[in-house]
Amino acid sequence: MPFACIFVPDFPVEALLRVEPELRSQSVVVLEGKAPLQKVFAVNESARRAGIEPGMMKLQVEACAGLVLHNRSSLQEAAAHAALLDCAQSFSPRVEDAGCDTILLDLGGLESLFGSLSKIARDVTRRAFALGLKANVAVASNPDTAALAARGFHGVTVIPAGKEAEQLGSLPVQVLLESFCDAQEIEQFSETYSRWGVRNVLALAALPDVAISERLGQKGVRLQQLARGETFRTLVPVEPPLVFEEVIELEYPLVLLEPLAFLLGRLLEQLCARLSTHALATQELRLRLALEQGCHAEEITEPATSHVETGAPARRGRVQARQPYCESESRKIFQRTLRLPVPMLDAKTFLKLLQLDLKAHPPGAPILKIYLSAEPARPRAAQGGLFLPPSPEPEKLELTLARIAGIVGENQVGSLELLDTHRPEGFRMKGFAPEMPREGVSRKEDKPAGNQEKANVVTALRIFRPPLRAAVTLRDGGPSRLVCSGHRPIQGEIVWAAGPWRSSGDWWDQEGWARDEWDIAMQEETGIALYRLVRDLLSGGWYVEGTYD
Amino acid sequence: MSSPVICAPDALGRPAAFAGKEGAALLLKRLSTLPKLHGVAPASQLEVRPTPEMVSSGIYEINKLTGGLPRGCLSEICGPASSGRTSVLLASLASATRRGEVCALMDATDAFDPVSAAAAGVDFERLLWVQCGLPNKKHDREGHAFSRAKKIHSKERALTSEGKNYKLLERALRVTDLLLQSGSFGLVAIDLGDVPIQTARRIPLTTWFRFQRAVEYTPTVLFVVAQAPCVQTCASLLVRLQASKELSAFGPQHSEKKNLFPTHTQLLEGIRVEGELLRSRMERKPSGSITAAFLTKTQRIS
Repeated sequence: MPFACIFVPDFPVEALLRVEPELRSQSVVVLEGKAPLQKVFAVNESARRAGIEPGMMKLQVEACAGLVLHNRSSLQEAAAHAALLDCAQSFSPRVEDAGCDTILLDLGGLESLFGSLSKIARDVTRRAFALGLKANVAVASNPDTAALAARGFHGVTVIPAGKEAEQLGSLPVQVLLESFCDAQEIEQFSETYSRWGVRNVLALAALPDVAISERLGQKGVRLQQLARGETFRTLVPVEPPLVFEEVIELEYPLVLLEPLAFLLGRLLEQLCARLSTHALATQELRLRLALEQGCHAEEITEPATSHVETGAPARRGRVQARQPYCESESRKIFQRTLRLPVPMLDAKTFLKLLQLDLKAHPPGAPILKIYLSAEPARPRAAQGGLFLPPSPEPEKLELTLARIAGIVGENQVGSLELLDTHRPEGFRMKGFAPEMPREGVSRKEDKPAGNQEKANVVTALRIFRPPLRAAVTLRDGGPSRLVCSGHRPIQGEIVWAAGPWRSSGDWWDQEGWARDEWDIAMQEETGIALYRLVRDLLSGGWYVEGTYD
Repeated sequence: MSSPVICAPDALGRPAAFAGKEGAALLLKRLSTLPKLHGVAPASQLEVRPTPEMVSSGIYEINKLTGGLPRGCLSEICGPASSGRTSVLLASLASATRRGEVCALMDATDAFDPVSAAAAGVDFERLLWVQCGLPNKKHDREGHAFSRAKKIHSKERALTSEGKNYKLLERALRVTDLLLQSGSFGLVAIDLGDVPIQTARRIPLTTWFRFQRAVEYTPTVLFVVAQAPCVQTCASLLVRLQASKELSAFGPQHSEKKNLFPTHTQLLEGIRVEGELLRSRMERKPSGSITAAFLTKTQRIS
């Protein structure tokens, strides 16, 4: 049964280069520890050629020109490791997490699905690179041999069954020790092998078993079996939860939105690539920004549930309120949640939506860390019918709505929902997400005909928002003259009046209301104008609420 | 193009077009040889624009008057306050949403009444409502809104009425631009019903022309409601509405069904609306005025 191993050399550097790919051509050094005692933790090949090695002090490294120094980021490494697991799981359901930089896969039965073993190995390399990781992939008949080959050989390696010892022979014995021993054992065995003159795996495999057992014990025998490629063990499969989160820890605080958008674009591309490996999309994006200082007090928004019960428009469901909270004493988190009406997987659309949202709601303080996570959802699988009425593309519509919200305001655009109340303005706004028309409604009532329309013309009311305060003269209990100043002057004799229509409600609540409605007609220059006149029974004031049109 | 012809030296100081028979022949000859005219098709061979598909406006009498609303064209309904413009708009939106189309309403002055729209049969799931008005506390509970009205009015005085109208108009036009670029809407309505005529007429013709080009060859009906014609020549259909002056038509005491709904109050029952077709690109100019009339009915929550 064939096994594959994905190994990422210089993993801490690769985790860094994943979010900053433009550094790939430069000498990168990853530092660990607290200043001023920082030491080199990992370097890439270019820095290694420059003479930089792990364990050197930062002070020594700084003497070399042309080096890019970065602090180690455990969060970025965790995200890179999750990406590596996603890559492996997109090929095989049986995956072993053998370390932060090493993943083992069971390839049994996959040849009929993906092609030959070498093709699978090449595809794995390509997909890992698409996820931002430069990995070595080796295929062998047992997991340990695959792991050893992946650590020892660059690129793609396929070892046929029975030729393990021959293929592994050229590897230095140090690779074997680094793969399967801890630091103390490495020191002990390397000294012994050095004294014996054993420099590569082939020489170790050729030594007699009994003599090895007598001198180095069971560990020595196991190492020799590994060198011969004769070990066999079963995989320990893992099933990691579907968590898609990408992180960037910034070296310097970010204060402008433009460079932030640049970084968000990279994170979104990585997220989308990871989601696509699982054939998933997302319906919810969560952006968290760790800020250098706390948010300004006025930027803390009220909860999204306010005004919902009152008949007034609630916040759009699309973007939820931020919830700034303390991470530590000196740092706060700024959070935005982007809810989408349908599952999507388009990094450019996401980026534009986030940009528009951040433009409307800037973080208010320099940014230190960026966390971006996606809630996985099944991609929508729907095809529009040929004879169905056209409807806007969800991605395009979302962008348009976000742009419109940028012009008119967040609560000013969306779909309506009437509330179960007689209170005037008893409605609320919600996110606009039209359903795709069903086959049954296609071309229904398309022609301009139909006698049923004869009876269905409703007199519309145009509302004045806010209502116009009026001074009303009464005669015989009804309004006879109206004077309404302000930006919409209405005044004159009321030529016709009907009413009152009395209504009240919510008397059990503090927000009770009671009103009398009159329908009035007034002679104006352009003809007869019909208004709805309202008397607020609680305050006693008269208002013109709207005009019939 | 015309200047070298009119100032031709052969005409001896007179325009070539009036230079007698020989001059006219010479003029035609020169015109036919002008290189700029090679690419110009004669008027008799111009491409005929296909007749647009017509959809229901939701009102039988308006359909009978205009043939419906043309897709891919700009239609305009105008009339003074209480002339029935908004009733026609709601009926059109209801008809479009019944067909399963997605509609958008640009409400320049936040005048849209959801209760009237629901009574007209508008499907809110398929209607995008864009309130272009300046945000204020209008969505508070009624009592609060009334008590605050005075305060808001005093604030509004600071911003001149004309300046506010321009701002609203600018918003509405920008939003319309975005929606038309987005495409695939069945009906896009721009409600300028409360925008003063002087302000609405200041919208450049190029803007309307751009809108008209944006919807051309698409299934979108672009619908404009205004107090007076402001779209000018870009409108493929222009209907003017006017309410009847018969005041006796108001009130339930004149209703045929007054005995079915006995009530202690008398309220507005409906408006008798008269519509006149002022322009239609779909048909030849009629020899006389074509009008239609219909009656709207007020529905009140009870």
